[in-house]
Amino acid sequence: MPTLPVPTFTQVVFVLIAAFTVISGLGVVVARNLFHSALLLAATFFGVAGLYVMLEAEFLAVTQILIYVGAVATLITFAIMLTRGAMHGETNPLNRQWGKAALFAFLFLVGLLGYLGGIPWPAPFQAIQADEGLIARLGEQLVTRYMVSLEVMGLLLMVALVGAILLARDDKP
Amino acid sequence: MDWLNLLVYPAVRVLVLFFVLLTGFAYLTWYERKLLARFQVRYGPNRAGRFGLLQPLADAIKALFKEEIVPDHVDRPVYLLAPALAIVPALIIWAVIPVAKDFPAVADVPIGILWILAVAGIEGYGVILAGWSSNNNYSLLGALRSSAQMISYELPLGIFLVSILVLAGTFSLVELVEMSRPWWEWLWLWLVFPLFFICILAETNRSPFDLPETENELVAGFQTEYGGMKFALFFMAEYINMITTSAIMATLFFGGWKGPFADQYVWLGPVYLFIKVVALLFLFIWVRASVSRPRWDQLMRFSWQFLLPVSLMHLMGSAVFTVFLK
Repeated sequence: MPTLPVPTFTQVVFVLIAAFTVISGLGVVVARNLFHSALLLAATFFGVAGLYVMLEAEFLAVTQILIYVGAVATLITFAIMLTRGAMHGETNPLNRQWGKAALFAFLFLVGLLGYLGGIPWPAPFQAIQADEGLIARLGEQLVTRYMVSLEVMGLLLMVALVGAILLARDDKP
Repeated sequence: MDWLNLLVYPAVRVLVLFFVLLTGFAYLTWYERKLLARFQVRYGPNRAGRFGLLQPLADAIKALFKEEIVPDHVDRPVYLLAPALAIVPALIIWAVIPVAKDFPAVADVPIGILWILAVAGIEGYGVILAGWSSNNNYSLLGALRSSAQMISYELPLGIFLVSILVLAGTFSLVELVEMSRPWWEWLWLWLVFPLFFICILAETNRSPFDLPETENELVAGFQTEYGGMKFALFFMAEYINMITTSAIMATLFFGGWKGPFADQYVWLGPVYLFIKVVALLFLFIWVRASVSRPRWDQLMRFSWQFLLPVSLMHLMGSAVFTVFLK
């Protein structure tokens, strides 16, 4: 009788987190209630943050929770609560656009498979020193090498902010 | 053994922490009722046990043995998830708070301050879920108010935290407490402590910012449809949040576990932290007893038109100080 290899702690945790992420991600698209979809989306973000922790990228994980779970998903739920009545949020997951959506999802899958197929598994990796210096180096890179992209992002957010205020204004100029 | 180090030891620490926090919650309700009574020239609870000390126990037994009622018109899974989700962030934020010399509550992660910010960001979910799933206009309005309030006050709160971070130059709370700061830094921090405290009041939905549950407008706000133990869980979340935020403020502004001789005798650390937390909790209750509730628009205006610019200015000041004086 072949003995099964005893999984290590890390493997068990990885499988649990990955399953959680995939199942909640699936739930986002099949849930009939829009609010449930939004909550499952938050759960998916959490799962992804868990995967980042497994990769020893704590900074990225916490930022993911801070931005995506704490701000983006909260805003989505907030918007749903503002625009719809409490319980009548039944939506059909298959609307008129489903054909196009399926096409793009398929194209994305093909692209992803092509990319993954190009990597020689097991992939060579380089261990990073996950210490205090990591965040400092990240910050340094942001204001030197990625300076332009950072500024462009700031400008984009600024434009979005001004546009939102203009739309929400009561006294139209 | 990676199982032992990764699972068993942290689990024991977590259990001890939860026991302390839940006991702390029970006696915080007693402390608050006694203090409020004193502020209003009454006696407060004095029937169960000496000085009413057994009152929290009686309340807990009552809440546990109440009938579990789930109304028909609610969204059942979300309705049941909400109280649990309300209490989890209040407990897990403790993981990074140092309780004694070289001894964080659970783990010394290099991203302690970010962890606090991130968990504070998800604190609103319990309230939002409760308000939406109750399928009740009062609950929904309470939840809407709460999420707007939390989003608005998180911003200056986060910027104040960044300001402290810039001055300290470290993400780890353990290091933050242990480093020695010059006098001007303490002064600069204490200057904004009242504003930080106001943000915390809004984040924890405490009076005078308890608009999500204003009795005269919204019955009981987001928790209208909850009873028995489920209501008790919301109650617990609010009070544990008070304890947690007090501990955070003590750590950031008042040196955490530090005090005379705390370096030599490690057991003195938790004692000093406890004293500081109790003093800050007194402040919470004092404010509740003396300040009246603002109107909804006043609350929002205060955050966006006063707190946010002031916090940004404080951040700029901190950056200038760090560059020129450190």
